[in-house]
Amino acid sequence: MSKPKVGVFGFTGCGGCQLEILNLEDQLLDLVSAVDIVHFTEAITEHSDNYEIALVEGSISTEHAIERIKKIGDIARIVVAIGACAVSGGLNCLKNLYGLERAKELVYGDKKDWIDSIEVKPIDQYIKVDYYARGCPPNRFEIADIIKSLIVGKKPEIPNYPVCIECKRNGNTCVYELGITCMGPISRAGCNSRCPNSVSGCEACRGVIDDPNVNAQKDLLAKYGLTVEDIMEGFNLYNACKGKTIENKNNNNSGGLS
Amino acid sequence: MVKNLNVEISPISRVEGHGDLIINIKDKKVEQLTFRIPESPRFFEAMMVGRKYDEPSHIASRICGICSVAHTCASIKATEKALGITPSPQTISLRKLVYHHENVQSNVLHVYFLAAPDFFGVGSVIPLVETHPDVVNIALRTKKMANDMVRIIGGRAIHPIRIVVGGFTKLPTEEEMVKMKEMLQASYQDFEKTLSVLKTLNIPAFERETEYISISDAVDYALYDGSIKSSDGWEIDDQNYLDKIKEKIVRHSTSKHCWASRDAFMVGALARFNNNYDKLTDNARKYAEELGLKAPCYNPFMNNIAQFVEIIHSVDDSIRLIDEILEEGIDKDKAMVDIVPKAGRGVGVVEAPRGLLIHDYTYNDRGRVEKANMIIPTGMNYANIEKDMDALIPTVIDKSEDEIKLSCEMLIRAYDPCISCSTHFLNVKLINK
Repeated sequence: MSKPKVGVFGFTGCGGCQLEILNLEDQLLDLVSAVDIVHFTEAITEHSDNYEIALVEGSISTEHAIERIKKIGDIARIVVAIGACAVSGGLNCLKNLYGLERAKELVYGDKKDWIDSIEVKPIDQYIKVDYYARGCPPNRFEIADIIKSLIVGKKPEIPNYPVCIECKRNGNTCVYELGITCMGPISRAGCNSRCPNSVSGCEACRGVIDDPNVNAQKDLLAKYGLTVEDIMEGFNLYNACKGKTIENKNNNNSGGLS
Repeated sequence: MVKNLNVEISPISRVEGHGDLIINIKDKKVEQLTFRIPESPRFFEAMMVGRKYDEPSHIASRICGICSVAHTCASIKATEKALGITPSPQTISLRKLVYHHENVQSNVLHVYFLAAPDFFGVGSVIPLVETHPDVVNIALRTKKMANDMVRIIGGRAIHPIRIVVGGFTKLPTEEEMVKMKEMLQASYQDFEKTLSVLKTLNIPAFERETEYISISDAVDYALYDGSIKSSDGWEIDDQNYLDKIKEKIVRHSTSKHCWASRDAFMVGALARFNNNYDKLTDNARKYAEELGLKAPCYNPFMNNIAQFVEIIHSVDDSIRLIDEILEEGIDKDKAMVDIVPKAGRGVGVVEAPRGLLIHDYTYNDRGRVEKANMIIPTGMNYANIEKDMDALIPTVIDKSEDEIKLSCEMLIRAYDPCISCSTHFLNVKLINK
């Protein structure tokens, strides 16, 4: 069996997702030997347009990027969106909330027309995405598991239950008891509840589960004297492109092999 | 030998983010040289507006995955200054400790993964797995050690969770502190081996003196805190950075260019080394000496060596910090201080791995951001990179086209530019007329 050819691509983002791949120190050499990395600008000089699997980080925010992502969609047999910016637009969507023209004016003043910048969108607004490694940053072990599943032709398992399940399993005191607001009850797990583990509220960086128990979240908020509006501001940090309200069902389910 | 040459390297690989280099040589003279930054801007100044005081550090960390602790700390310091908050000495010590290890992880990544392949004549670290497995394993071990340090203290290696305005949401245990000390002590054996490899590298002999700017402290080799110091003989309080550091928008770049006393200056490991050599540990100075690095050094290619020397310093100083923290004992009551929102402006200045990093926030009386300005190190280095390139090309002009291209790429990589971070960087003040 020949090794699958993999391309790693970066769009608008912080580079942290690609770094998470490099942070798989213990598994990195095995992963590198199991696939043929043909494109990874951040780490290697050689590059090729001949790849089967594309790992894509970052959101689309320029006209030029639309052309690039469409080409990747045409070439790759399997596309994996890595990290919140690629999956949902992530934090970049705060620019949309502020207003594109206003943002350009604020930052570049009378030179704003020099800047190529459009409304931020996640990559699945332009191409078909097969799998989503969510989170900001994504969980590096989940990225590794997705890659390993694809190598052996298996469908990767992506959790579709709330962070509370992991948080309880980790034996944490509920952060609501400590006066901290948390999106855990409706947010997608897979991060091993890393924010509540550190006594911080979940910020839903992995988005909302497919069928969130919104009423339970509302009851919880009511119990602690909070409203939906109180948590929407935090929710907007990573989900401003998606969630007009938390009651919108998040449609980014894991897709099948194309 | 080339007389006329039009080169476009797009994109430059093994740097963070997207940068292009365009060189036009005619009759052996550089006619045009542009280090172009077409990467998409992200408008962080706009994202921050209206946000509550506990959010900017989380937003700021997303500027850059590779130096998220630096952005987090610059952001927190700016907010704490604006809100009049003084964190506990324990908090400061822990921040300094975690800070060291983002610098170590970033320096390791750059020295071993991004720059080293040039010296071995290969396109990436992947062929080195076969030819130099011991070096690759050292790199992975050291990087993991540094990342684990950040995970233990910050809760996560990228975009730390626990480092917040006022202190820490959760403290490491004393057992974890002891474990970290053991990890640090075990790392020394790898540095001896790295030293012997680095000694064999043929670092280009190129010099161009410029202005070197970094933060500086009376005691520490300053990374987390200090005044702003220039090799041109000035030193100012970090709150007054605008008195010296200017920015302008340039056509070919979404990142702004900076200048201070002259038309360009350098920041980063070499600038820190030049300005603060006497604050390095004896051990780190010994390594510098073995590698022929002396302050002041005017060879930008030696930035890679300065980064390695800093790794040694950070490991030495971390052990000292851990001993100090353990001596005092970890006190949960000192994890956080109370925060009362108020109106005000604050500036947070740190040394990111790539150099001086400035966050400048103005808050309203409800503790919401009114205005945010950030100046990032790669933006500061652009003008200096172009000037170095102008000086470098005539020294390599008689070489082959491939060799000229490689020299230019190596020079850019020596600066370890973090384009993903920089280009998204912006200012509210327009100086270009």
